[in-house]
Amino acid sequence: MTAVRLKKIAAIAGALVISAGVLAACGGSSSDSDLVRVNGSEPETGLITTTTNENGGGRIVDRLFTGLYYYDADGNPKPAMVDKLDTTDNKNYTITIKKGWKFTDGTEVKAHNFVDAWNFGAYTPNAQKQQSFFAPIAGYDEVSSENPTVKTMSGLKVVDDYTFTVALKQPAIDFKLGLGFTPFKPLPDVAFKDIKAFGENPVGNGPYKLQTWQHNVKADIVPNPDYPGENKAQNKGISFVFYTSLDTGYADLQSGNLDVLDTIPTSALRTYKQDLGDRAIDKATAQNQTITIPERLAHFGGQEGVLRRQAISMAIDRKQITTNIFQGSRNPSKDFTASSLPGFDGNLPGESNLEYNPTKAVALWNQANAIAPWSGKFVISTNYDGGHKEWTDAAANSIKNTLKIDAEGAGIPTFSQLRQQINDKTIQTAFRAGWQGDYPSMLEFLEPIFVTGGGSNDAGYSNPTFDAKVREAESQTSAEASYKVVGEAQQILLNDLPAIPMWDYVNNAGVNTGVKAAITWSGLPDYENITK
Amino acid sequence: MVWYTIRRILQLIPVFFGATLLLYFMVYKLPGDPTAALGGGRPLTEAVRNQIREQYHLNDNFFTQYWLYLKGIFTFDFGTSFSGRPVLDVMQQAFPVTIRLAIMALIFEAVFGIVFGVIAGMRKGGWFDSTVLVISLIVIAIPIFVIGFIAQFVIGVKWGLAPVTVGGNDGIANLVLPAIVLASGSFAYVLRLTRSSVAENATADHVRTATAKGLGRPRVVSVHILRNSLIPVVTFLGADLGALMAGAVVTEGIFNINGIGQTVFRSVQIGEAPTVVSIVTVLVLIYLIANLAVDLLYAVIDPRIRYA
Repeated sequence: MTAVRLKKIAAIAGALVISAGVLAACGGSSSDSDLVRVNGSEPETGLITTTTNENGGGRIVDRLFTGLYYYDADGNPKPAMVDKLDTTDNKNYTITIKKGWKFTDGTEVKAHNFVDAWNFGAYTPNAQKQQSFFAPIAGYDEVSSENPTVKTMSGLKVVDDYTFTVALKQPAIDFKLGLGFTPFKPLPDVAFKDIKAFGENPVGNGPYKLQTWQHNVKADIVPNPDYPGENKAQNKGISFVFYTSLDTGYADLQSGNLDVLDTIPTSALRTYKQDLGDRAIDKATAQNQTITIPERLAHFGGQEGVLRRQAISMAIDRKQITTNIFQGSRNPSKDFTASSLPGFDGNLPGESNLEYNPTKAVALWNQANAIAPWSGKFVISTNYDGGHKEWTDAAANSIKNTLKIDAEGAGIPTFSQLRQQINDKTIQTAFRAGWQGDYPSMLEFLEPIFVTGGGSNDAGYSNPTFDAKVREAESQTSAEASYKVVGEAQQILLNDLPAIPMWDYVNNAGVNTGVKAAITWSGLPDYENITK
Repeated sequence: MVWYTIRRILQLIPVFFGATLLLYFMVYKLPGDPTAALGGGRPLTEAVRNQIREQYHLNDNFFTQYWLYLKGIFTFDFGTSFSGRPVLDVMQQAFPVTIRLAIMALIFEAVFGIVFGVIAGMRKGGWFDSTVLVISLIVIAIPIFVIGFIAQFVIGVKWGLAPVTVGGNDGIANLVLPAIVLASGSFAYVLRLTRSSVAENATADHVRTATAKGLGRPRVVSVHILRNSLIPVVTFLGADLGALMAGAVVTEGIFNINGIGQTVFRSVQIGEAPTVVSIVTVLVLIYLIANLAVDLLYAVIDPRIRYA
């Protein structure tokens, strides 16, 4: 071999080594390595407490703003800005806030910052997506009509710099539980000057402040050094890396480019425990899945309907589906709420209606046939853009095999199409529905969905006894007393089954080597306490 | 030549209007109310939904909506996405990334496709030719997302030689692997086109004459064979630039690259007409301009092809 040839080979080999080195060097980012890298998604709108209502934006907004309470990992409300909250009837509240809290623009948080934010959120022309959360407050109906003439709710009054009063339409213990939730956080005066610009560059009073938001790429937040609250940031900041697919996030987690991935993609559910070892975390969260069967459908009204719904519920082998399809990432339902919520019971009378019992299912179905013979096909509609096809087909099969009737899952391409049919009440079949807790309260899983005229009462369910029980639960003075009444209310639902509870979600998450993170009641990481 | 160019450029105008009208109509006809899913599981109040529909002119009829869109374009106002960002901003962020990715892919497939194609064509039937043929067949047969995931897992996750995902670090070095993945499908076509074209031209009379005249092999190959063989290859590459930009949906998804592929995908899902129509229209224009460039290039490569 000649010298020239050798030189050539050496040059090529050298070039290869260098280019490999360049590639490898670009793999790990070094500049922001102090920040904890977690998965997120591009917020749907600007980061504003009263409008951000989806997961991607919510997880960031909640770090930037702190309300009267904050929720710890178990979902218990802990005092944050609240100094004193007085009420004797769960209807009229006098709220005193702590002094000395500041927004990151230097202005002090005062009582009017809460009142202004809530009024802003409820006023229709502002088109804030969280509008409905202000519905319990007196005067909401006037500001939330199509063309409102007043801009402020009569139920809100600023008393002095640190005190304001709230009057509700009717007693609601749930209102207090929800006061840590995003729309009830305060907004600084600067927000109302140009809300759009504010949404791009929010100024909050939370444990973190926004450093950069690179659209569709990432958002970095760093600790707010002046934060006086208990839930201070225990890390040097968080980088929310936006993914459109969890599979990509999982690849990053495996290669150490991501510190926390809060949801393992379906494709990796079979292998993640082996891949990650003790870096895998499982935690039940406040999210459930149901099959809703409106009473207005043929054969599902009155006593006949109740029997048929009970039969269908008992005809579904939840355990088998959760094991086979979801690899244990779902837990069969025990009631209409979720097991991670404070006050969850799990042993309510009537719970057996949610257990697989083919013999009883057939007997109940025959009883219903005695009232009016069954005809037609039982169809469960679902959106096919969210991974729901497999289980609806399985549930339909289980019903078909047990009751010996024609049953099938039917696909609607997108979530928005399904929602449109449900909202318009034009859907002519049973359909899948899910609920995710906005704040840790069982009542939040019952009231909007099952109370007569509730904002999300897709089934059109109406039962005065149930409504009365919910009102009774709302007027209790202690959380424990209210849990008991919530249980009684749920027994009514367990008999009527306006929706058939299927399962609660279990979040399967993973962390990078050396990272400590816990998953909270809502399925999100306990961001403030992640360390690495 | 000049008139030909001008005529071709003027043709872009009806294409532009036709494409936007058609696209707008298709997005308009997408089933489902875009505001229905905005509230997640909890529906928005009727009043707020109406307010939003009003803001985005969703209550207007198709022609009013399309007219408002067109009117905006002439003042470089491409409308607003549902997130409140101007579509122009969205495009300015997404296009450079995808263009970079597509051009890199184009260079990879052109350089490797032509070099390997020439070698294979010159040594038709040899071991190199057979090996390359088999490999190109396999590459064509495997869907690009499979190649992408495997490359990501093996080269990125297991060997750590390339970034697993790109995210915001979309410099040229980080785009090498995604560009190779994106190029892989077309690379095989370029290779096969070049190979058969070269093999055919290698036995042509003028090549034999050139060799007989005593010209060196490099000159024979580069001037007498390659020049004639490149016409079909350049045609393919020109058309492929447009295809690469549109095909980036898959590659961008796998490597989490924030380009137009991802943006269009997201926008179609939520029924966001201004974004989809604006981006796809620009894609159509790029496609047309690339084709125009190819037609003009013919004259350079082969002087026999000249337009009046």
